[in-house]
Amino acid sequence: MRLDLALIADMIAPSSRVLDIGCGDGGLIEHLSRTRGCDARGIELDMAEVTRAIAHGLPVMHGDADHDLAQYPDAAFDYVVLSRTLQAVERPREVLRQMLRIGTRALVSFPNFGHWQVRLQLLRTGRMPMTATWNRPWFETPNIHPCTLLDFRALCADEHYVVERWLAIDEAGRRSPWRRSLWLANVFGEQALFLLRKA
Amino acid sequence: MDRLPADIAHEAAHFPEPLPLECGLTLPGFTLAYRTHGRLNADRSNAILVCHALTGDQYVAETHPITGKPGWWEAVVGPGRAIDTEQYFVICSNVLGGCMGSTGPASPRADGTLWGTDFPPVTIGDMVQAQARLVSRLGIGRLFSVIGGSMGGMQVLEWAARFPERVFSAIPIATAAHHSAQNIAFNEVSRQAIFGDPHFHAGRYRDHDEIPARGLAVARMMAHITYLSEAALTRKFGRRTRAQGPAAGRTLFDEMFEVESYLRHQGSSFVRRFDANSYLTITRAMDWFDLAADHDGDLARAFHGSRTRFCLISFTSDWLFPTAQLRAVARALNRAAANVSFVEIETDRGHDAFLLDEPDFHRTVSGFLKGCGEQQRKEENVLS
Repeated sequence: MRLDLALIADMIAPSSRVLDIGCGDGGLIEHLSRTRGCDARGIELDMAEVTRAIAHGLPVMHGDADHDLAQYPDAAFDYVVLSRTLQAVERPREVLRQMLRIGTRALVSFPNFGHWQVRLQLLRTGRMPMTATWNRPWFETPNIHPCTLLDFRALCADEHYVVERWLAIDEAGRRSPWRRSLWLANVFGEQALFLLRKA
Repeated sequence: MDRLPADIAHEAAHFPEPLPLECGLTLPGFTLAYRTHGRLNADRSNAILVCHALTGDQYVAETHPITGKPGWWEAVVGPGRAIDTEQYFVICSNVLGGCMGSTGPASPRADGTLWGTDFPPVTIGDMVQAQARLVSRLGIGRLFSVIGGSMGGMQVLEWAARFPERVFSAIPIATAAHHSAQNIAFNEVSRQAIFGDPHFHAGRYRDHDEIPARGLAVARMMAHITYLSEAALTRKFGRRTRAQGPAAGRTLFDEMFEVESYLRHQGSSFVRRFDANSYLTITRAMDWFDLAADHDGDLARAFHGSRTRFCLISFTSDWLFPTAQLRAVARALNRAAANVSFVEIETDRGHDAFLLDEPDFHRTVSGFLKGCGEQQRKEENVLS
């Protein structure tokens, strides 16, 4: 399993009800249901991944964050997970609202557009940055809503979400050392992970 | 003149208790013809009910006694197949209203005369009630899974809605929660073809020792087109033609397209195994199927509180039961907070893809069942 998914799994209490949006081949839900006794389900847009996940015995449905969350009843899950996908959805704020309507807690990870390499490249070359994380040219990137850690925190404040935990993560998914200062994490963290609940 | 197939003895269970139907009438007992494959395990937890489509029957995984052709789902049901008969006990019954040994328009009533057009209008719900009695008769409380495509998928949804505690998992395939206007329209053309046959005799063709073979064949030809796709027809036949006799090319129909010849064959072989009144009864049952309407217009209510694990499967080129219709079912199941998997399989073979060799589809079915098996064992361990 990807290292950042392991970090997410560590934040989920055993025997919880979990929805993983953009679950890929279902690595996280498999881990949660087979080792943590969770009722874990997934939503995935890529049909080949959906087929692979179901064929592996995992409950996954074809769908996407923008259109399929509205169907679920309130508080249907203890945790709703959205990893490395927020920047690619059509309406990130609405997706977060839905996540915290259908789930008690939301776990959101996203690539940090405030990383120093991104800043430096834009400043130095005047072109859209291309890094290990932001590695697709502007005209074909699916990442239509990039944000920084500070941007995300500001949105959470606007929406009155409580940030229960946050972590900066490097590209490989390891936890990075910027634990105390969000400002430093915003410069040096390649990815961010937030655990939210409604106030 | 076309004759009916000689009566073949089908394995069947008789139920002497009356069966109240949704139309308000009551059947004074009924018979269901059925076949089983595999072995029921000691704790009776491995039974799978397979529900057949409009023109299917109980011969799901063995040579058909009338046509001599392989079972209609041998690609999926059998030893080592997606529905593995070495692991599961598979039951398949001919639906109520059918003509392969179950009580229907072609079967006799108490006074020895045939039901014919007097057979009451049965529904998908009635078919499921009848199957439920068979399942109980076989000593099975909860089915490990109920699986079916097309009209079989309607029965799967009905089972899950009506007997949630008796259905551990459900796989509705290439189906919908109601018949669309387009589907009803196609059925109506089929029925009009049968009505228009002079041998139909207002449904009393048996009294005249005839069958409306021409009308039923046309009905089948038309319906068969809806089971395929343009791409599949093009690949199989293109515009290829064949000559009809020595005068080829001199008159309008000396030469025929291969697709015409194929459809004619489909039509003429169909009338040898299917009863016209049965066709009318079953198409009507499909037309009236509307699971949401049975639950105050809200499909989610049909599945409220359901603990059944669902796996919904559609096919990209199926225009008879398009993916959007099954997605609506998936969303209703989401509203009911049910456990649902949903996948659309990429294929250009149309509605009939569920009957064919589609590896992704078969992998999905077997993997889903395996996952359900793990879950079932987990729940049993918690209980014991």
